[in-house]
Amino acid sequence: MERLLAVSSSPHIHAPQNTRVIMAWVLAALAPAGLAGVYFFGYRAAAVMAVCVASCKISEYVWQKLAKQTITVGDLSAAVTGLLLAYNLPPSIPFWMAAVGSVFAIVVVKQFFGGIGCNIVNPALAGRAFMMSSWPVPMTSWTLDGLSSATPLAMIKGGSIENLPRIYDLFIGNIGGCIGETSAAALLIGFAILLYKGIISWHIPVVYIGTVAALTAALGRPAGPLYEVIAGGLFLGAIFMATDYTTSPMTKKGQVIFALGCGLLTSLIRVFGGYPEGVSYSILIMNLTVPLIDKFARPRIFGEVKKHG
Amino acid sequence: MKLPSFWGGIHPPQKKDATVNKKIEKYLPKGDLVFPMAQSLGAPCQPVVKKGDRVLVGQKLGDSEAFVSAPVLSSVSGTVKDIALRLTSAGIYENCVIVENDGLYEKDPSWAPLDNYPEADPKEYLKRIREAGIVGFGGATFPTVVKLSPPPDKVIKWLIVNGVECEPYINCDNRLMLEEPEKILEGLRLMLRLFPEAEGVIGIENNKPEAIKTMESEVSKQGDNKISVVPLAVKYPQGAEKMLIEAVTKQEYVMTALPADVGCIILNVRTVHQIREAIAAGEPAISRIITVTGEAVAEPKNIHVLLGTSMRELIDFCGGFREQPVKVISGGPMMGVSLRSIDIPVVKSTSGILALTASNSHLAPESACIRCGRCFEGCPMGLMPSVLNPLVLMRDYKAFEETGGMNCIECGACSYSCPANRHLTQSFRDGKSTIMAMRRKAAVK
Repeated sequence: MERLLAVSSSPHIHAPQNTRVIMAWVLAALAPAGLAGVYFFGYRAAAVMAVCVASCKISEYVWQKLAKQTITVGDLSAAVTGLLLAYNLPPSIPFWMAAVGSVFAIVVVKQFFGGIGCNIVNPALAGRAFMMSSWPVPMTSWTLDGLSSATPLAMIKGGSIENLPRIYDLFIGNIGGCIGETSAAALLIGFAILLYKGIISWHIPVVYIGTVAALTAALGRPAGPLYEVIAGGLFLGAIFMATDYTTSPMTKKGQVIFALGCGLLTSLIRVFGGYPEGVSYSILIMNLTVPLIDKFARPRIFGEVKKHG
Repeated sequence: MKLPSFWGGIHPPQKKDATVNKKIEKYLPKGDLVFPMAQSLGAPCQPVVKKGDRVLVGQKLGDSEAFVSAPVLSSVSGTVKDIALRLTSAGIYENCVIVENDGLYEKDPSWAPLDNYPEADPKEYLKRIREAGIVGFGGATFPTVVKLSPPPDKVIKWLIVNGVECEPYINCDNRLMLEEPEKILEGLRLMLRLFPEAEGVIGIENNKPEAIKTMESEVSKQGDNKISVVPLAVKYPQGAEKMLIEAVTKQEYVMTALPADVGCIILNVRTVHQIREAIAAGEPAISRIITVTGEAVAEPKNIHVLLGTSMRELIDFCGGFREQPVKVISGGPMMGVSLRSIDIPVVKSTSGILALTASNSHLAPESACIRCGRCFEGCPMGLMPSVLNPLVLMRDYKAFEETGGMNCIECGACSYSCPANRHLTQSFRDGKSTIMAMRRKAAVK
């Protein structure tokens, strides 16, 4: 006897990707920066990453179990959050702090707001902000080869630009800083992977970094625009955090507006603010504007005459 | 050189290789023929024969008084066995005329070529197209005579022949262009007599280079400077009316407008071919060309088939199933209708029978939207599928309408690209039909 046929609404074929595949590619794109982090900061960096990823996945699983929700740990988004949070932490961070930050990111920032696709700010960045305000000293102590050092941006803020590391060291990542942010070269490899696989478009990273370069040059920062964009977490933020699907606008037009805002805020914080950095707070603030941007930066419906301009 | 196309769209795998080089084979039915009375957009037909009547090839089985309708004709000679409800490709039981084939193929003598047809009054063409039951063979089955009768104040500048065939797997239009280009061109020339100010454009996607070459050489052989072949970039859904007009004429038009409002009429290649057959050869719309394919079919083929033939016979003609199919689809994989049985007659809208195996058909559960924006990118209508989807799920039809949901052409590009497997197209179909039902209800009050 013939087996019954499946009946469903068209289309009957599907692009070969799903959320899990996309997240796996993001993890792959993050790998070069992670390897650079381990190379420059040692195995402790790897241990921090493992703690964050494990804490994120376990806390998502436990939360969904307790809340009697469908378990979605398999989509790998919690692993991406964990890895991104680790990349934003100093290698010397105590493990328990990293674990608490991860739980905060997943449970409070992501799951309290409805889980994947519903959180209003980037969980990894919000987790970092939570840790910065809870443990400011361990979160800003940088060591490289056993010696504590200031980050280049902190030196610029402090006015001591004669001891700045060479731009070459900055580019490959041989400087003090967070685990995944220091190697611009490794982050650019990741950017290339994301672009090649069509995971993200160039709009947010290029406009964000371009805006920071233009504004810091215009505002006369002493180290120059190239130094400014390579130093600190700008590449990590612009390529991997500001492009988070859930917390960035859905249209290209909206993404450009969003990236301009991120660049403006980052430059203002660096030049006039109390923090030497500014990437994470800029993105967090701009995350909150996304519903508004999405409301105005809508695609034009076929045949509809443009109402403005 | 960058070929013309439209905004948005997707690039699904073509999968046309299995039948691209297969010559169209003629198949004569063995069993009874089933003719659903609703085979075109508009009013369904009422049977004009009774049980026990003898009918001839081309004889009318059903007709309607309505302007937007097309008669249903018998494709064989034989006896009317029954008028009853039968399962059709619409997924429901519909009123059908069932004819027992006597195998004689005795033709209704009223079907002969139109007298002196190249010089005949073009109005005679329209009458003939209506009587021959011709509808849009691309799949929408809009009665062709209605399409060819635009309001008198509209000037038709483009008569576009749709040879895009953007559905994966399907090759019936491609094969027809390769095998009978002269008939397609003749049909187009006859139609251009109706619209003296129009130029004829044959739009073909660039993945059919042989068809482009064949049609081009046929055009130049006949030295007609009012007809041109336009190769188009490969992108789905280029065969959709609005997208093809955008690609060919760079014009857009609002949802409530018609192609004639921007000076266009679009006809599928097989429709133009059928018009020629009806006028020049006295052959009414009693057959069509379909592609029977898919990974589950043993020997995929392009078949010239009489309407009313059971799909089961055609699958047997293709060597049966090599593997148990999970889905059998009437039409292409992007917009076709999945069937619950293969004991279903071929009708005017059947462009293909596609049998997919488990590994080639998509049956995954939905997960949460991650706001990636791929559905925005793919939507050729510039809609926001991920915004519209929850509006339908929340039954907020007013907001669905205000956000542009009624513009959806149900092409499936959004669902195809959604990494969360959201059933976007399905929800819009639901939203649109619910709103249409509400409008009808309001109009009655």
